[in-house]
Amino acid sequence: MNKKRHPLSVLYSVFIFLFLYAPIIVLIVFSFNESKSRGRWTGFSLRWYQELFDNSTLMDALKTTLAVALISSAIAVIIGTAAALGLHYSKKRIRNVLMNVTSLPMVNADIVTGISLLLLFTFIGLKLGFVSLLLAHITFNIPYVILSVMPKLTQLDNNTFEAALDLGATPLQAFFKVMLPEISPGIVTGFILAFTMSIDDFVISFFTTGADVNTLSVAIYSMTRRGIKPEINALSTLMFITVLTLLIVVNVRSGRDVQKREKERH
Amino acid sequence: MKKIKLALIPYSVYALIFIVAPILLILLYSFQDTGGAWTLENYARFFDFSDPVYLKVLWRSIKLAVISTVICLILGYPMAYILSKLSPRVRGTIAFLFVLPMWMNFLLRTYSWMSLLERTGLINTFIEWLNGLLPAAIQIPALNIMYTQWAVVLGNVYNFLPFMILPIYTVLIKIDRSLIEAAQDLGASRGRVFLKVIFPLSLPGVVSGISMTFMPAVTTFVISRLLGGGQNALIGDVIENQFKVVGDWGFGSAMSVILMILILVTMGVIRRFESDKTGRSVLM
Amino acid sequence: MSEHLIRLENIHKDYGGKQVLKSINLSVRDKEFVTLLGPSGCGKTTTLRIIGGFETPTAGVVYFDEKKYNDVPPHKRQVNTVFQRYALFPHLDVFENIAFGLRIRKTPEKEIKESVSSMLKLVNLSGYEKRSVTSLSGGEQQRIAIARALVNRPRVLLLDEPLGALDLKLRKEMQTELKQIQTQLGITFIYVTHDQEEALTMSDTVVVMKRGRIQQVGTPIGIYNEPANAFVADFIGESNIVDGIMNEDLVCTFAGRTFECTDRGFEKNENVDVVIRPEDLKMVPPEEGMLQGIVESVVFKGVHYEMTVRSGDIVWLVQSTLPEVCGTNVGLKVAPFDIHIMRKSEAEDEED
Repeated sequence: MNKKRHPLSVLYSVFIFLFLYAPIIVLIVFSFNESKSRGRWTGFSLRWYQELFDNSTLMDALKTTLAVALISSAIAVIIGTAAALGLHYSKKRIRNVLMNVTSLPMVNADIVTGISLLLLFTFIGLKLGFVSLLLAHITFNIPYVILSVMPKLTQLDNNTFEAALDLGATPLQAFFKVMLPEISPGIVTGFILAFTMSIDDFVISFFTTGADVNTLSVAIYSMTRRGIKPEINALSTLMFITVLTLLIVVNVRSGRDVQKREKERH
Repeated sequence: MKKIKLALIPYSVYALIFIVAPILLILLYSFQDTGGAWTLENYARFFDFSDPVYLKVLWRSIKLAVISTVICLILGYPMAYILSKLSPRVRGTIAFLFVLPMWMNFLLRTYSWMSLLERTGLINTFIEWLNGLLPAAIQIPALNIMYTQWAVVLGNVYNFLPFMILPIYTVLIKIDRSLIEAAQDLGASRGRVFLKVIFPLSLPGVVSGISMTFMPAVTTFVISRLLGGGQNALIGDVIENQFKVVGDWGFGSAMSVILMILILVTMGVIRRFESDKTGRSVLM
Repeated sequence: MSEHLIRLENIHKDYGGKQVLKSINLSVRDKEFVTLLGPSGCGKTTTLRIIGGFETPTAGVVYFDEKKYNDVPPHKRQVNTVFQRYALFPHLDVFENIAFGLRIRKTPEKEIKESVSSMLKLVNLSGYEKRSVTSLSGGEQQRIAIARALVNRPRVLLLDEPLGALDLKLRKEMQTELKQIQTQLGITFIYVTHDQEEALTMSDTVVVMKRGRIQQVGTPIGIYNEPANAFVADFIGESNIVDGIMNEDLVCTFAGRTFECTDRGFEKNENVDVVIRPEDLKMVPPEEGMLQGIVESVVFKGVHYEMTVRSGDIVWLVQSTLPEVCGTNVGLKVAPFDIHIMRKSEAEDEED
């Protein structure tokens, strides 16, 4: 209603943004620094970007991270969507119990989840490595999928499913032709969320991976003890810019969709 | 329709093995010594009041987490409020800018603070440069907080501030405008509208903001390790140490159990507070 | 002049280049029950919000008690509002909702208690003090919203479609109750609705609006019987509206026939709208009718039957307590004073 923007509120926003972005800007700027120094600018260079591609440890860690994120999110989407469907149609008591179990990995501290899985893998004698890492990631990803899909199911008009049956569709056809399209935005959100969480995770990976398999986070953590190599800054800058571009493209496209829809309505 | 419930089976099995069983295992291990014999020694060691090393660590973790959470709330609420006042088109973009930093690896972001905070880091270089311009009478003292508890607090605030801003913002933009108009209509000035309507209605956001900042802050071990140095270890550091260095899984498990209980109790308290204040109405 | 409590003078309102209100002039007397009536988008709610202080007019002056009121913020106006969907504060119980305005004004606790309980009595909800507002039914929430506004003893109560969310039976009850409260307390009511029946039942004065303009101001009876134009006629109750020609004073032609009427003052042979209410058309044997036609449909409406009769190109809507069988040839008869002649609406040539 009041469009007046108080200068104080502008100043305050600038301060908060500066606080949030300062380390990122520093990181990006110093990825182009000629020397190894983190505090002194000695000149522009793309040296670290070149060295990055020759650094097999980092490249392997990147591959592992992406593979784990993709596979674990995909599996989490399948199990999670099925679970959400089952939960939606099951009795309230069962639903409540399972929803509480589902929220455990989200409520619990990452460190506790990580340790509990470490204990499990040791207990059943699974060697720590890619498989244990994958299982751990699936575990903490499923809740995000369930929590993204459930609201879509609640919004769903139950009659549409019955209408499809009434018009001669088999339950399976009705599911794929009527229900799935309706809940698919939730599934996509769940996937993106799971993928993000998986890439971002350090603590749980740290406890559940073996010595020979590193995710980026784990690799970075072990580097912090010896000093971070500037290549990693270069890699992060590249990843950050990739994500930024993707997000902008998605936002612009959905923004255009909204505009188009609004135009059509008038 | 009945068959659809079968879809629940894979997840139930998965949850049983990978969520429930591991937590039971932690409980189990916490009552065992390194040789596998049953014992209460792990808990006794933690609650040893004659030499309260671990209690002190726990106390420090809680203290730093509380301070960080309070600072996040003080910094975050005004930001969320300013954001909620913007036009819907602009505020979506700005809210997005708060999430964006999270796409950069959090270890690196935290590590980057070291470049800023170090004795010869960027902030001090800047202060030095500024002092060169200023008259000798007003000199800004150099900032030396690296490897102190304040550095840990700063790391916490930095990492978890968006988790405070976003839930509050989400609740604020959902407040029905007509409620604000109704309050004005009944004679409330802008300040009164905020105190008597907007703030109480935003409490659910504040509560989830608090839990979303307090929980990770009290359990972190990375931030304290990177910014706090060795002497400011938190409970997370000690647990990690037991598993990764010392190898005393029993004691590590016992501390994990204590941490879990701490979190559950905190959640309980927060939930209680929430339902007392606003719950029945806003949650419905 | 001073008997006018609220006066809107030449009010205009633009929203991003779109004109929502176009030169609104309206006076409201003290203790009057005024209804702003019109289809959605006609500007009735905007007008109400300008009086409440939630919108600022682009141009024009709002007078309250002959004082300029434009720049007075909502919280300083002697006006209270009952909002469309009640806008009860979900974090406060019934008592605190009603006490809200009193607390703001730092009223002594004892007085608050008394006022709130007398208000609850007024709206028939005594004993509801400690209830949570979200646990109440729509009708109960509605009453609390009214009590919350009235407890502040406003000079004017603004009501924005307050009964819109209620079911038909409850709506009827609340209409009577609202009217009672208004007479009992002697407060000016400005009421917004799109329901013409509601407007006619409760109001002293009805203001019919369309596309940001006032079409007609008058008493319910006046507006029903003498609609100013075809739009008003159509909006207030169902009507047959046909094209006609005003041959001279007291004589008009429509449906291929000349009729005697009671209107005068039109140009010779001016094109006009002819409006006839369905209940004013009498069904008679064909030879006695002024018009002849065939019954095309019959629908039972509870108290009467609604029939359509085709006569040439025109389909007439007729209401009668006695049904005819479809396909019957009938005659239609209308009294001169039931033929309403209207100038072609000016608004029609400025469609946006």
